[in-house]
Amino acid sequence: MLEGTTAEIRERKALRVNPVKTCQPIGAMYAALGVNGCMPHSHGSQGCCAYHRSHLTRHYKEPVVATTSSFTEGASVFGGMSNLTTAIENIFSIYEPEIVAVHTTCLSEVIGDDIPTIIKKAAEAGKIPEGKTVIHANTPSFVGSHITGFANQCEAFVKYLAEPRQGEEPRKMINIFPGFVDPADMREIRRLADDLGIEYLMVPDASDVLDSAYDGKYQMYPDGGTPVAGLKMMGENQLSVGLGPLASEPALKTIAKKCEQPTELLELPIGVSATDAFVNSLRLAAGVKVPTEMVRERGRLIDMISDMSQYLHKKKVALFGDPDHLTSMTRFLVEIGMEPAIVIAGHPGKKWEKKIREIAPGAEVRASSDMHYLHQWIKNHPVDLLIGNSYGKLVAKAEDIPFVRFGFPILDRVGHRAFSIVGYRGAMRLIEKMTDTLFDHTDRLCPDEDLELIQ
Amino acid sequence: MSEETHPSPSAHVPPTGAEAREKLLENYPKKTLRKRSKQMLVNETPETPAQIGANSRTVPGIITQRGCSYAGCKGVVIGPIYDILHITHGPIGCGYYSWLSRRNKTRIREDNETNYLQYSMSTDMQENHIVFGGEKQLAQAIEEAYEEFKPKAISVYATCPVGLIGDDIHSVCAEAKKKLGINVFGFSCEGYKGVSQSAGHHIANNGVFKNMIGLDDTEQDYPYTINVLGEYNIGGDAWEIDRVLNLCGIKVIGTLSGGVSYDEICNCHQANLNVVMCHRSINYMAEMMETKFGIPWFKVNFIGLEGTKKSLRKIAQYFGDKTLIDRVEEVIAAEMAEVRPVLEDVKPRTSGKKAALFVGGSRAHHYQDLFTDMDMEVFAAGYEFAHRDDYEGRDVLPNIKVDADTRNIEDLTIEQDETRFNLRQTVDRKKSLEDSGFEFSDYEGMMRQMKKDTLVIDDISHHELEKLIEMYKPDIIGSGVKDKYVIEKMGIPCKQLHSYDYGGPYAGFKGAINFYEEIDRMTSSKVWQLNRAPWDEEPVAKEEPAAVSA
Ligand code: SF4
Ligand code: SF4
Repeated sequence: MLEGTTAEIRERKALRVNPVKTCQPIGAMYAALGVNGCMPHSHGSQGCCAYHRSHLTRHYKEPVVATTSSFTEGASVFGGMSNLTTAIENIFSIYEPEIVAVHTTCLSEVIGDDIPTIIKKAAEAGKIPEGKTVIHANTPSFVGSHITGFANQCEAFVKYLAEPRQGEEPRKMINIFPGFVDPADMREIRRLADDLGIEYLMVPDASDVLDSAYDGKYQMYPDGGTPVAGLKMMGENQLSVGLGPLASEPALKTIAKKCEQPTELLELPIGVSATDAFVNSLRLAAGVKVPTEMVRERGRLIDMISDMSQYLHKKKVALFGDPDHLTSMTRFLVEIGMEPAIVIAGHPGKKWEKKIREIAPGAEVRASSDMHYLHQWIKNHPVDLLIGNSYGKLVAKAEDIPFVRFGFPILDRVGHRAFSIVGYRGAMRLIEKMTDTLFDHTDRLCPDEDLELIQ
Repeated sequence: MSEETHPSPSAHVPPTGAEAREKLLENYPKKTLRKRSKQMLVNETPETPAQIGANSRTVPGIITQRGCSYAGCKGVVIGPIYDILHITHGPIGCGYYSWLSRRNKTRIREDNETNYLQYSMSTDMQENHIVFGGEKQLAQAIEEAYEEFKPKAISVYATCPVGLIGDDIHSVCAEAKKKLGINVFGFSCEGYKGVSQSAGHHIANNGVFKNMIGLDDTEQDYPYTINVLGEYNIGGDAWEIDRVLNLCGIKVIGTLSGGVSYDEICNCHQANLNVVMCHRSINYMAEMMETKFGIPWFKVNFIGLEGTKKSLRKIAQYFGDKTLIDRVEEVIAAEMAEVRPVLEDVKPRTSGKKAALFVGGSRAHHYQDLFTDMDMEVFAAGYEFAHRDDYEGRDVLPNIKVDADTRNIEDLTIEQDETRFNLRQTVDRKKSLEDSGFEFSDYEGMMRQMKKDTLVIDDISHHELEKLIEMYKPDIIGSGVKDKYVIEKMGIPCKQLHSYDYGGPYAGFKGAINFYEEIDRMTSSKVWQLNRAPWDEEPVAKEEPAAVSA
């Protein structure tokens, strides 16, 4: 496995080897699917759309529908106006969505198609039925990563749909931008908010869309997803809480400006203190008490950490993935006494590097890096545990490192579809996964006399 | 049996082909209707197939299965060559998605080799490269790749933005080749070329032919040597085909392109025969190799028992050696002894069940044989990116109009290689066999094999697929990952025929066994029944009066 990878690290300036990020539109497509009745539309060649749909499908094991402008060479030369106009007409008459969320690809970005003008002209020509909406986000893949695309799509919801507050007083309701997390995580964030007894709107919400129940019928637009009507009312609400700075900050900034709404940007609620921060922020904003059951849930997590801490203490961990996930995870590892040894993101960002170094002072931290570097570094500095998306299994196999899947995409395991990693419960699940993996590894390799029945 | 275990009993009365077609075309805006009507036929005269619209543009806004030319070139044809270092020139996505996602299996031959399929390498273009050009970045990436891995060859693939900003990847590659002293070549397979993956296949064929075929003249001193073209070793298919051929005493020099090495491809013009599995993706190569080296080709099919037997016999007959012909019969007999009991076991359950296949450029045809083996009925089929000849047979080739999208793809002009043409008298062998009615350069297409009144649908849309399922209530659909969960939400199992649902192999004899068992499992599964909860069975009336009286 990965025989070509040696311990000798050479500086690379131009060659990306085994990336830890992918391109913007896939994130935009995911975000758009979290709106009720929404058809994501990929404005470019059909290959991108096919790749994005396939990859999302492999992660969620659910139908992922999206349309494409199907550019050919002609469109690449003359621009994609006619393709997008035809597409809009076809989408509304064949697939009947409430809303179409157009995102660009590298191709239409390089061509420089002016999407708002195309949408406007389509509307003037009567191609957009009464009461239906077309919005757009620019998602050039030569900037940022799939998280940027998600963020840009979330921002587009605000830009196009949120209306400035009409009411005298803001509604006692909070907008929650969950960040690029799985439907199971969105469901758990909702549960926390429900248990706190607050009113909220989650934007977007892929639960009951990309984890929909089997009932023998196929619904192109499942019951889940943030309602468009809700999105239009976002401006009326008292506060917007964004989780994951990279995924949620652009939407927060725009809503602050457009609707003069207070905002609060938090880290993803993974681990003890990040979940605390989230719960606390909702508590203060809504003026509610944290219910006893939630306090107990937190207590059970702390109990589990203390029970397992002898096995976690100073274990060296290599992590890779998306910055928002990594920030919270690194913090959590430090909380439970583990040692983040190397933290690698594909997404660029000096600020993020600095933040991680503050959380985990001794760690090797790199943004804009890749898994090849991570692998080479590990060859020089062995670790006890590897944490990251499914692609990590190559490195885990090559070096025989216990491996916990975390982040996007997970293509080869089923748990992320049903069980969350956010909140106190999510943290318990992470502890379970990490200790199980470490134990399994030792059990497999240790001499018979060292096999422990009780741990 | 199926009544109980399946929500879509085969007893359901399906519509006629014509009725179904009409329903499928409902709802389309005028222009879209015109377009889709041409791509959807009732197979009324299978012996003389009607003309189908194929290899034409997908209408924007339609949810299509199709991908792009890059996917067809890098993903399908060249990507599987394991000891070439592959660099995608473009932003990160294209290279990322084509990383290990196709299941074209491979293994290294020696311990010190690197299998580059485990790596995804790209230039990860950033905004400044788009603005100022990416040639320097590419040149440096190639050098860094060489420094880091010391591969024997490097191959470069252009993605959409690269073509648009005008990077000349070919001169960058030529420079690098000179400088590094290894083979470096590029493919202009930008995703907007052509109308589907198909354009990429052609571009890839051209590049492999120009840059690899014929580089190594080491002679093969074995008489029965062939290349298997258009076989990509998904789930290990090529290895099963190799196994059977080996048993027969036939040696495969190169499988293009599945589990294959660079050296094997460079030497594969030393074979005495080319056999073609996937006609769509590789017929160009077969033709070019025949023109240049005089190696004849014919179509084979190792999917399904009949196809496998027929193909083996035809290869033996081509070589004409009595011992080889006898050996093939022995192998068939021995293998069949293992297959037969499995087939007999599953048939009572699969018999009469209905399937539809919408996939690829050859599988929608080949896999019909496996379903026929199980006595199942294929009522509709269509390709994702094939051309008219794949539907109607190669005899329509002279009548296919070349449109603008196809004209943009280079057609190489190949000439006979003075010194290497007909070295092993293959041309003469072809001639004498042809005189006795043996067919070469043949492909009869999918429609001739399909029953009368079945539906043939090219580039099926999501909308049509959904309607088709409602009308026919099939027992299984063969398709790809994007459709799989749509179909299964309706309680119909979907077999992925691109990735094999991470199973396989399905080729040859052992593959057939795997497939029968798999389809039996899928069409007899009790999972859909679990949908019924006790409260679904209990009449509501029982509860209601209680509620009212309370
Ligand atoms: S990187 Fe650009 S061209 Fe490639 S798949 Fe993503 S959007 Fe498409
Ligand atoms: S950008 Fe072009 S080459 Fe890349 S996946 Fe999209 S269509 Fe294909």
